[in-house]
Amino acid sequence: MNQDRTLNIVCHAILVVGAVLVCLPLYFAFVAGSLTIVEVQQTPFPLLPGGHFFENLAESWSRGNFGRLFVNSIIITGGIVIGKLVMSLLAAYAITYFRFPFRMTAFWLIFVSLMLPVEVRIIPTYEAVADAAGPLRWLAGVTGLSGLVETLTGYRLETALQWNMVNTYRGLILPLIASASATFLFRQFFLTVPEELCEAARLDGAGPVKFFFDILLPLSKVNIAALAIILFIYGWNQYLWPLLFTTDKDMATAVLGLKQLVPVSDAEPAWNLAMAATFVVLLPPAIIIIGLQGLFTRGLVDSGK
Amino acid sequence: MPAADRTATTGRGAPGRPFFFGIGRLLKLDGRRSASGLKKAHFTQPWFAAGLLAPQLLILLFFFFIPSYKALSLAFVQIDPFGGRVLFVGFDNFRQLFGSAQYRYSAAFTLIFTAVVSIGTLLIALVFAFATDFVIRGRGLYKSVILLPYAIAPVISGVLWAFLFNPAVGPLAQLMHALGLEWDPNRRPMDAQILIIVAAIWKQICYNYIFLVASLLGVPQSLLEAATLDGARPIRRFFTVSLPLVMPVVFFLMVMNFIYALFETFGIVDAVTRGGPNGATNILVYKVFQDGFVLLDLGSSAAQSVVLMIVAVSFTVLQFRAIERKVNYQV
Repeated sequence: MNQDRTLNIVCHAILVVGAVLVCLPLYFAFVAGSLTIVEVQQTPFPLLPGGHFFENLAESWSRGNFGRLFVNSIIITGGIVIGKLVMSLLAAYAITYFRFPFRMTAFWLIFVSLMLPVEVRIIPTYEAVADAAGPLRWLAGVTGLSGLVETLTGYRLETALQWNMVNTYRGLILPLIASASATFLFRQFFLTVPEELCEAARLDGAGPVKFFFDILLPLSKVNIAALAIILFIYGWNQYLWPLLFTTDKDMATAVLGLKQLVPVSDAEPAWNLAMAATFVVLLPPAIIIIGLQGLFTRGLVDSGK
Repeated sequence: MPAADRTATTGRGAPGRPFFFGIGRLLKLDGRRSASGLKKAHFTQPWFAAGLLAPQLLILLFFFFIPSYKALSLAFVQIDPFGGRVLFVGFDNFRQLFGSAQYRYSAAFTLIFTAVVSIGTLLIALVFAFATDFVIRGRGLYKSVILLPYAIAPVISGVLWAFLFNPAVGPLAQLMHALGLEWDPNRRPMDAQILIIVAAIWKQICYNYIFLVASLLGVPQSLLEAATLDGARPIRRFFTVSLPLVMPVVFFLMVMNFIYALFETFGIVDAVTRGGPNGATNILVYKVFQDGFVLLDLGSSAAQSVVLMIVAVSFTVLQFRAIERKVNYQV
């Protein structure tokens, strides 16, 4: 057993190294965040934190307009979590518990969207958001509806059908929930729900609405909570979409605001403010991961199934 | 609805749809439960179902199908920047793209970057997962700390590492300078490449680690005990018993790591190098963004999107295979 004891020590050593690797960037970020702008530029870099952390926090909070950006981030993240959960629950319910014409077509239309991550269709999705009514105008033109309306009422349908979602919450939320990952997950879960439950509910005369709210939803509680955590982190940490869809500084998210605080080569190297702000921005997801670790791990492992 | 119609029917009686069925076979979506994933006891109100599906289908139409179709069609046209005239040019955009040395460099670097990040992440996570599985005391604490980076956005991971290795103020860059090593990711391409690889791996280890720890816990104790009785030491047990059993998870993670490195590292590149110096870290997904939004070369950018789409679709097929294998092995 002597060998096992050695291995035990080695394993602890490995894990300590791992923990240090994780914490090292965060620790130095904390140190930098607690220094003044002069101190942060000195060589060698101080190994112990200074006493200006909360000062820097306050300064970066106001300089980065984080009060406003946090509200934006919370609204957008909330919209993504709730929108995606509601939409996927309903869609998954429809395709597992209903028989209707074109069911398999609907199924494949939904699941084919798992194939293309948002990153590969950046530009056309930008267009779709900047001109969300474009397809409707096209449809109105093709079907002759716009000509009809114009001759009848003198009203140009084309001018009415303008819908620019750049710099709106909708524009930030909708493209991000346009994927079937959560639907797929709920479908897999619904398939494991015992058949007897629905049979019994139907014998008792329950309709689809009652069955959904009284039986299926309570059964899915844990799955919903676990997925909500994953979606929250996903939404909070979005970068590429907000970067494209917000030209107005007041519509930016907290993550974007942090990026703005990072000094570029010619600017005053205010790394102390940027690093203090880092902690504010990563606090909400970090709290969730640490506080709800069991649920989070479950959500993650489930979403990989 | 007649009552007979509403009672048990298997969803199997659906008329033949060879095309969808073919993809279904390929992706192995349904397993053995039922050919079409319909519950035996189900409702039959088509309009109600349509209403339930409407939100999802509408959002997909506007933000998935129309954009994807546009990306495809844009790749085959040239847009005249002055008149806004659209000219069909066939495969010209692709020919130009593959003829461009810059693009070929970017593709080659993306390949290396993806391979190094995926394999590096997996190997490191395997070591940590093995160690976590072995130790008893402090296991929970180690787990909490190592999975912490999951909370951190790729772009923030980029910011953290950009600071640590900033040639002027970064503590680790200073350490390297003190050791007499040259280091400047703003000028030396190799340094920039190493830096984004480190930041990308650091961010992804936790994901691999969570899955590996969970699946190692699922390895049957009886098998491990049998191996112990046969005199196998822990490391040997790991390689001969545990690792083969968790192989499906390893395969799954490999696919997920590829997808991560290809598409989700945008924020890291944007925060650390902006594709520089001189295009040295311009991975494909960053190049699509740059050519489309900064240089406004829409035709080329759309052609690049199509190439990425093809890559993405093939990886998704692999991903489904991986998921299916993972489920079958019951780990």
